[in-house]
Amino acid sequence: MIRVINATKAYNGNKVLDNVSSDFEEGKTNLVIGRSGSGKTVLLKSIVGLLKIDSGEIWYDDTRFDILDFKAKKSIRQSIGMLFQGSALFDSMTVEENVMFKLNMFTSMSKSEKRKRVDFCLERVNIRDANNMLPSELSGGMRKRVAIARAIVLNPRYLFCDEPNSGLDPKTAILIDNLIKDITDEFKMTTIVNTHDMNSVMEIGEKVIFIARGVKYWEGTSNEILKSDCKPLNDFIFASKLAKQLKS
Amino acid sequence: MNLLASIGRYLILLSKIFKKPEKYSVYYRQTVKELIYLGVNSIGIVIIISVFMGAVITLQTAYNTENPIYPRYLIGLGCRDSIILEFSSTVMALILAGKVGSHISSEIGTMRVTEQIDALEIMGVNPASYLILPKIVATVIFNPLLTLMSITVGIFGGWLAGITTGVISSGDFIYGIQYAFIPYYITYSLIKTVVFAFIISSVAGYQGFYVSGGSLEVGKASTRSVVYSCILILLFNLVLTQLLLS
Repeated sequence: MIRVINATKAYNGNKVLDNVSSDFEEGKTNLVIGRSGSGKTVLLKSIVGLLKIDSGEIWYDDTRFDILDFKAKKSIRQSIGMLFQGSALFDSMTVEENVMFKLNMFTSMSKSEKRKRVDFCLERVNIRDANNMLPSELSGGMRKRVAIARAIVLNPRYLFCDEPNSGLDPKTAILIDNLIKDITDEFKMTTIVNTHDMNSVMEIGEKVIFIARGVKYWEGTSNEILKSDCKPLNDFIFASKLAKQLKS
Repeated sequence: MNLLASIGRYLILLSKIFKKPEKYSVYYRQTVKELIYLGVNSIGIVIIISVFMGAVITLQTAYNTENPIYPRYLIGLGCRDSIILEFSSTVMALILAGKVGSHISSEIGTMRVTEQIDALEIMGVNPASYLILPKIVATVIFNPLLTLMSITVGIFGGWLAGITTGVISSGDFIYGIQYAFIPYYITYSLIKTVVFAFIISSVAGYQGFYVSGGSLEVGKASTRSVVYSCILILLFNLVLTQLLLS
C-alpha cells in the first residue's frame, strides 16, 4: 500500500499541493482525477520521488520514501513501473531495446531469457511484429502500449500512469484503460492513474480521489461519484452539456 | 551569484556522473555507441577542415616570408608547428564544440523535456551517469585520435598546396617539417585535446541535463553549450600553454 500523509508543495509561495492525504490500496486501480493544473501530476511525481514535497510523508508499506536518498530509493524504484503522459520511450532505441532496458540494467538473465520476457510483455499489451521499430514509427496508442510493456517487464508492485489517455481517440483510450485494469488485477499491483477522463473513472476506477487547486475534496468509489454532493466535484463531472443532460 | 550557483550545480552534476555505474556491461556498450556517434562520425569534418587549413597556413606562411634571407624550408616548419601547437588541438576543439557539443546538449535536453530522463530515474538508473559518462569517456578517448589525424592530414594539405601552387618544393617542405622537431609538442597538443574533450562533453551534458521547458529551451541550451565550451577552451588553452610550455 502507498500512503500519502499531509503532502504539501508550493512553487514561489503558490501551493500546488495542500495537505493531501490518502491511502492507495494494494491490488486496486486508484484514480486521481481533477482539472488540468489541479496538482495531479505534482502529486504523482511526488509519490515516485521525482519531486520533493515541502512537508508531509510518503510511505511505501513500512518504508518512508520521501526522506530516502537516491541510493536507498533505488530498491523501491525497481519495483515501480511508470507510464508517462508522452510515453517517454527512448527515441534512440527500438521497441525491443526499450522493453529490454530494465532487464539489461538490473538482471543477469541470458539473451534468450530476456527476449522471451520481452516477447511476453509485448504480447500482453497486444503488440506484435514491432520489435525492431523505433518509437517514431509507432502510433500514439502503440507507444502507450509499449510504455506499459516496459513498465511491467520486471513485474513491478506499483504502477503509475500519468494521463494514459491523453491524445488518444475514445476507442483506443478505453483499450488502454482496460489494459491497465487487467494488468493491475493480473499482477496484483497497486496502480495509481492520473486522469481527467470520466470514461476512465467509470471503466476502471475502483478508488477515486478528486483534487482541485491542490486540495483533496473528495474520495470514494466510482459507484459513489455520481451521487456525491461535493460541489467542486460535480462542477468537474458535469462540466459538459451532455453530462448535464444525462444528470437531469 | 548566478555564476557561482552554476559552477556549484556543474560540480554536483560531475559528482553524480562519476558515481559507480549500475552495470558496467551496459555502460561499455553505451560508450562504444558514443565512440561512433561522437568520434567516428567526426572524422569527415576533421579531415576536410584540416586539409584546407594546412593548405592555407602553408600559402600564408609562403607569402609572408617572400624574402631571400629566409630559407624556404621555414614554410614547412611554420606549417608543422602551427598545426601541432594550435590548429589541431585548439581550433579543432572549437569546431568540435560546435558539432559534438550541440549534439550532446540537444540530445540530452530533448530527453529531459520528453520525460525520458524522468523515466530513467524512476527505473532506479542514475541518469547523469548513464547519459553523460559514456559521452565524456568517448570524447576523451577519441578526440586525441582526431587530433593526430588532423595533424597528419593538415601537414599533408600544406604539402599538397605548396607543391601544386609552386611556392615550395616537395623536398624543402619535407625538410622543413623534420627540422628542429620537438616531440613534446605532440604531447602538449594531446594533453590540451583531452582537457578540451572533457570540457566539450561535460559542459554540453550539463546544459542539456538541466533544460526545462520545451524545444525553444533545448535550442537555447544547445547554443549556450557551444558558447560556454568555446570560452572555456580558450581560457584553458591559455592556462595550459603557460603551464606546459613555460
